[in-house]
Amino acid sequence: MSATIELSRVPAAAMRRRLRAGRARYLLGAACVAISTVMLLPLVVSVLASVKPTAEAAASPPTYLPHSLSLDSYQRLWTYQQGLPTYLLNSLGTALLAIVFTLVLTVPAAYALARFPIPGREVIFVFLLLALIVPYQALLTPMFLTFARVGLTNTLIGLAILHTAIQLPFSLYILRNSFSAIPQELEEAAITDGASSWQVLVRICVPSATPAIVTVALFAFIMSWNEFLGALVLMSRGWSFTLPLVLAAARTETSLGGTDWGMLQAGITISIIPCVLIYLLLQRYYVSGLMTGAVK
Amino acid sequence: MYRSPRSRLVGLAYLAPAVAFVLAFTAYPLAQMLWMSLHNWSLLTPPRFVGLANYRRAFDDHQFWVSFVFTLKYTAIITPVLIVGGYLLALLTSQPSALRRLTRTCVFIPVVIGLGVSSLLWYWLFSTEFGLVNRALMDLGVISRPVLWLGVDGDRSNLAIIASVVWKVIGFGMILFVGAIQAIPTEITEASLVDGASYWQRVTRVILPLTLRTVLLVTLVSVIGSLLAFDQFYIMTAGQPQNETATSVFYVYLNSFPYLRLGYGAALSLILALTILAFTVVQLLLTRRSHA
Repeated sequence: MSATIELSRVPAAAMRRRLRAGRARYLLGAACVAISTVMLLPLVVSVLASVKPTAEAAASPPTYLPHSLSLDSYQRLWTYQQGLPTYLLNSLGTALLAIVFTLVLTVPAAYALARFPIPGREVIFVFLLLALIVPYQALLTPMFLTFARVGLTNTLIGLAILHTAIQLPFSLYILRNSFSAIPQELEEAAITDGASSWQVLVRICVPSATPAIVTVALFAFIMSWNEFLGALVLMSRGWSFTLPLVLAAARTETSLGGTDWGMLQAGITISIIPCVLIYLLLQRYYVSGLMTGAVK
Repeated sequence: MYRSPRSRLVGLAYLAPAVAFVLAFTAYPLAQMLWMSLHNWSLLTPPRFVGLANYRRAFDDHQFWVSFVFTLKYTAIITPVLIVGGYLLALLTSQPSALRRLTRTCVFIPVVIGLGVSSLLWYWLFSTEFGLVNRALMDLGVISRPVLWLGVDGDRSNLAIIASVVWKVIGFGMILFVGAIQAIPTEITEASLVDGASYWQRVTRVILPLTLRTVLLVTLVSVIGSLLAFDQFYIMTAGQPQNETATSVFYVYLNSFPYLRLGYGAALSLILALTILAFTVVQLLLTRRSHA
């Protein structure tokens, strides 16, 4: 009697479990679709708002989808105050300078830390990571005063120096790890053949560490392109504004008797494009950089 | 390699530019900040030594405490949301399937855009008359008239800003948790499957303990990030109403730049830096122990 009950129960339970697993899979799939939609929606509506005609972009209540397409908002942004090209060049120039400064400083330093038996090497390494312990937000006032005295405020070089100081510990850490991981045999052979340490660095180590160098450059770019507070403090003249600064200023300024929402969305779209493109193209470097950077 | 005394000098030469840079642009400003914090200084008048008066002044400054408590409140609310939410997203998207990987990419995209820019985007979405949040909530019948999200009520502004920042940064924790979960050796997860453990038993008894170090590290990074919050409040509320939503960094900024109280601003910066340092040390100790 009990045996028959047991027999009929087992397959039913297994089937129930399988059914439940199947249902769970569909539910989780639906959750994935819902989450992706929620995450992408703000970006999509912003891009859509940037191509609404002027009157529609200023409508209250707002429309979800543009009724017709227009590049008016981009045109207004193009000629807003100093003009979009000025702000784009400021942002781009600062980011490129920050990449160059970061690499020029950290590639040789990381190589020295990885390969040379320098006395007090660990102490120097920890000192170079100082910016990890002291948040740059706390150092802006003294930096501003020094920069103002030597004429570095309102210059791309000044802002790039600040961004380099922020990015230096991360870069040094990533590059040192990457150089340490290269097998030494090749370098030793080159030295036996009479190569100098500089030749070894440039011809052997830098090419072998390309992924790390790409990661470092990528993070320097994204940080500099997006950084706000430092730019707000150091860049006070309209012509020296970076893209986030001019957009934050445009948020409150009036052109049609209120905030020009369409132009703001055009600016947001333009600011977002390089970041998203770089991420989608260089996803591998991005994620690996994040992992090594955070799990230090 | 490079054992000779001469090559030791070469090594130092490679290090010299970076050391000089950190001395000039991190260590020197730090020393300068210490010096400034002991002086009264407004750019217009020469600095005057006042000892610890700036620190005593902070202690009696009502707005300093308002900002400090507000920043702690913001951090206390947003951190669990980011960690628990990020972990659940990681559990969902760490499995190998095209849809899960696509979801991971979508959740991560806001991480790569700027916080300033995302704050401007949400400033628009939460705008009373022109924002899609009010429009959608009214169309769904959740609210009957537009809500004033930002800058009128401190708590409501805080929640709106938290929602926007969660959207912006939740993918950061998720991606690191995914890495940690995927690094668990398959033998371990398979063994627990054979033992007949349910999914949630596997999560709480196997996956979570094995990824605890990463959880603590991400908590450290997000607590510090939240304690240094500025962009989102500057852009979305400008500290309104009545500086209720002015965070600690915001208050340092207000004192140093618009008000030009440089000595006082430096003292506040130092207090802020020490607070951050305390959190860093405590959490690093925690992480070290969990690792051992």
